[in-house]
Parts: sequence; structure tokens; C-alpha cells
Amino acid sequence: MPYSIVAIGTSWGGLSALTNLLGGLPEEFPIPIVVVQHRSKDSDRLLAQLLGDATPLKVCEVEDKDALCAGTVHVAPANYHILVESGHLSLTTEEPVRFSRPSIDVMFTSAADTYRSETIGIILTGANEDGASGLAHIVKRGGRALIQDPKTAEIPIMPEAAVQAVPTAEVLGLDDLAPRLLELSRGAAKVDRRTAV
Amino acid sequence: MAVQIAEVPDTGAEPDRQAFKPDLERIEIELLLEGIFRHYGFDFRAYAYASIRRRLWKRIEEEKLPSMSALQERVLHEPAMMEKLLLDLSINVTAMFRDPSFYITFRQHVVPLLRTYPFIRIWHAGCSTGEEVYSMAMLLREEGLYDRSRIYATDINEVVLQRAKAGIFPLERMQEYTDNYMRAGGKRSFSEYYTAKYGGALFDQSLTKNVVFSQHNLVTDRSFSEFNVILCRNVLIYFDKTLQSKVHSLFYDSLAMFGVLVLGSKETLRFMSHEECYQQMAPPEKIFRKVR
Repeated sequence: MPYSIVAIGTSWGGLSALTNLLGGLPEEFPIPIVVVQHRSKDSDRLLAQLLGDATPLKVCEVEDKDALCAGTVHVAPANYHILVESGHLSLTTEEPVRFSRPSIDVMFTSAADTYRSETIGIILTGANEDGASGLAHIVKRGGRALIQDPKTAEIPIMPEAAVQAVPTAEVLGLDDLAPRLLELSRGAAKVDRRTAV
Repeated sequence: MAVQIAEVPDTGAEPDRQAFKPDLERIEIELLLEGIFRHYGFDFRAYAYASIRRRLWKRIEEEKLPSMSALQERVLHEPAMMEKLLLDLSINVTAMFRDPSFYITFRQHVVPLLRTYPFIRIWHAGCSTGEEVYSMAMLLREEGLYDRSRIYATDINEVVLQRAKAGIFPLERMQEYTDNYMRAGGKRSFSEYYTAKYGGALFDQSLTKNVVFSQHNLVTDRSFSEFNVILCRNVLIYFDKTLQSKVHSLFYDSLAMFGVLVLGSKETLRFMSHEECYQQMAPPEKIFRKVR
């Protein structure tokens, strides 16, 4: 299998987009998934619970040094950055980046530097431009970029910024993301490069 | 292991102009940290890799240096550069009554235990600029326990300890702290604890009457007493698992039987050799009681 990690970033509208995407993946999906969803710094574990109800995958809020596991969605806790290390995740309380903690760029960059071409980055709906430079970094390290078609996004700002930063990314409708991930996870996917909208 | 850029042309990626060589970079980082340890005595060798790497690169970019090795050259020959890096590498993010739900739970579950002790010894490890030390002092005073308590507040960094001792915190954060204080179960009006002075909020100096601020390095120093409570929140996340385990041994040895260990809300004792020696008191709060 050529991929070791799926890194997903989203903000406004993320819950319903994530519900759709993760809900379309089977329990035995073989690649660990890490999610950064912007939210208020006081929010509790509710996000992980809601996502857990929407997908057969195991969903857990990350604790420091958690091991990356297949069949698992690792959700960044509120008010911590998440860094991808080889085989596990670390948390930090370093300064917010572009007003965000957790920051999608920080997570994506560390994923790309650790897993390089084995990284898949996905940007979903959102109301700011976090994640665009992180996604570009994933591609720079040889990984693969998927972006939710801004036309299907609740708020298109985040996916539009990502498309601009990574014009070669695959841009897919929300309903097409899970099937595409499944193809990629089988490693037998025929490359189908679509142009940005 | 070489970077496998050739294998992934389909993303249309611009290949790295300077090929990324993670294994070589790791060697450079390890050499730099070894050099810092041997020359200056600061030991960052067992810090969590991704985080320390990120902060080293930030310094490299700020100084417009070409590589990790170039940073090593500067750091080893210029003490001023080491000073800068030291600030980069120590994270001093803190707040009064940070994670208010922890303080509520502490009042409900730990304070009743502390009432049974004639004298209470508390170690706040990695206290940074002291906001959480003052918070605990307020809580103990409101619960009528302060006069028989002693708090040992330690940090690796002398500069932040001086600020902790001064007890002057930014006025612009008082709104946030007042809010935290109320949600943490505070029993008075938060504004009673400080006066606007010296361009900041000067806290009631009697709060530190029973506090000893002192330098202590969790990586290299040993236990210095036996405590009823040890607080160490969001400090160990910067260490790798091996060093975390070593520090947990230090905490275990420094806690009295039935003493209480408090970690940050996203920290865990899982896979630590002393995991079986503790009971979590009120999940999900990370308050653990030493039971064996």
C-alpha cells in the first residue's frame, strides 16, 4: 500500500462534510486518518462523539503520543497543535498559526515531512485559508492532494485557497471523496487528474 | 533512504529544489543538540522530535541561514544565538485557571483528601511564569487550606521564574482570567486578588507567602522531597516517550503514598511503567492517585 496517512483539514461546515466523507469509508479502511477541524478553544469531546456516530471507523480525540492506527480517525483536540511523528502523534501548545490552534498547516507540514510521498492531504469546506500552504507542502514532498470542489462546499474560501495553492490537486465533489480514498487505499488507482474549477 | 520523488510524477509536484534528506537532517539535528548539551549544558536531546525540529527551522528561517549545520556553527560560537534559541525552545504558554473544569474537579475530589493532612506539600513542576501557581494558591486559600500548605514551584528557566515571583501579569488578560476563575468554581470576586500597578495586574503578594520558586531541571535533576500533590500540566508533551517515562519515575518516587499526580488534559499515563500504580480519580480529568 503506497499511503501511510490521510490528513484532513476543515473549518466552517466541517462537521457535515466530515460526516459525509468518513461515513463513506468502511470499518477496515487501512490508512490512519488525522483530522484538524477548527473550533472554539473550550469545545469538548463532542466533535469526536458526533463523528463516531457517523462512521464505522473508530474515532478518538488525540492524546499526546497516541499511536497512529489503521481504521482510526484521530481528531485534534481543541487548543493544541498536532504534529505527526513517525508512527505517533505529538501535541504542543505553541503559538497559534494564522490565529488557529490547532492549525491545519502545522499538521499537514509535519505529516508531509514525516511520511513524504505516503501522505494524502484533503481540504474540505472552510472560511479561512489555513491548510493551503500545508497542502502545497504535501505535494512538494511527493504526496497527493485532494480538495473538496468549492461548489459543493458550505463555505468555499478554504478549498478555493487550496486550489489556488495547488492547481494540480484533484478537485472532487463531496460525494466522490470517500470512493476516491478507497481507490487510493487499494493502491490500484488509475491516476485521474482533474482540473481546477 | 532516499526521497522517492521520481515515483510520484502524477501529482504534478514541483520536485524539491534542494532534495529533502530526512535522515541527514536528523543527523544534523542530533549533532546540534549534542553540541548544545556538551557546550552549554542544556539538554534537549530527548525532546519530541517534530516539535523541536519545527522550532529549529523557525530560527534558521529568521536568521536567513542555509541549513541546520549553519545554525550549529552560529549557536556553538555565539552565546547570544544560544540565548535566542533557548527562548525559542522553551514554550511558556500558560493562563490563570487554565482548563477551568480541572479546578472544579480538584475542589470536589482532591481538596477533601487534603483536609485530612496536617501539612500539605505541593510540587508544581514546569510552572513557567506562575499563573497556575497563583491559581492554586487562590483555590487553597478559598478552601481554608493555604496556611498549612507549601507550594514548590519549579522551572528550568530562571527568566520565567523571576516573572513568576514578581506576580505582575498583563492587564489585557484579566477578562479571560476572570471568566476562567468563575468557571473554575471561584468563591470570591477575582478582582479582589489584584491591583492595576506597574503597567500590569499586580497580584496579592500574600498569595506567595507559602510558595518557594526555584530552578529545577526535570531532565537532569533529582527528587528533592516528598509531596502530597504534584502538578505537571502540558510540560511532558514536549518530551519523547523515553524521557516522559524517566520523569514519571521521578514523580512516582517524589509522591507520598495516596498522593495525587495532575497532568494536562490531553496527557496520559498509558504505556508508562508506573501506569498500574495510579488510579484515575475523576475521568476525564487527568488527576491520578498513587495507590501502590
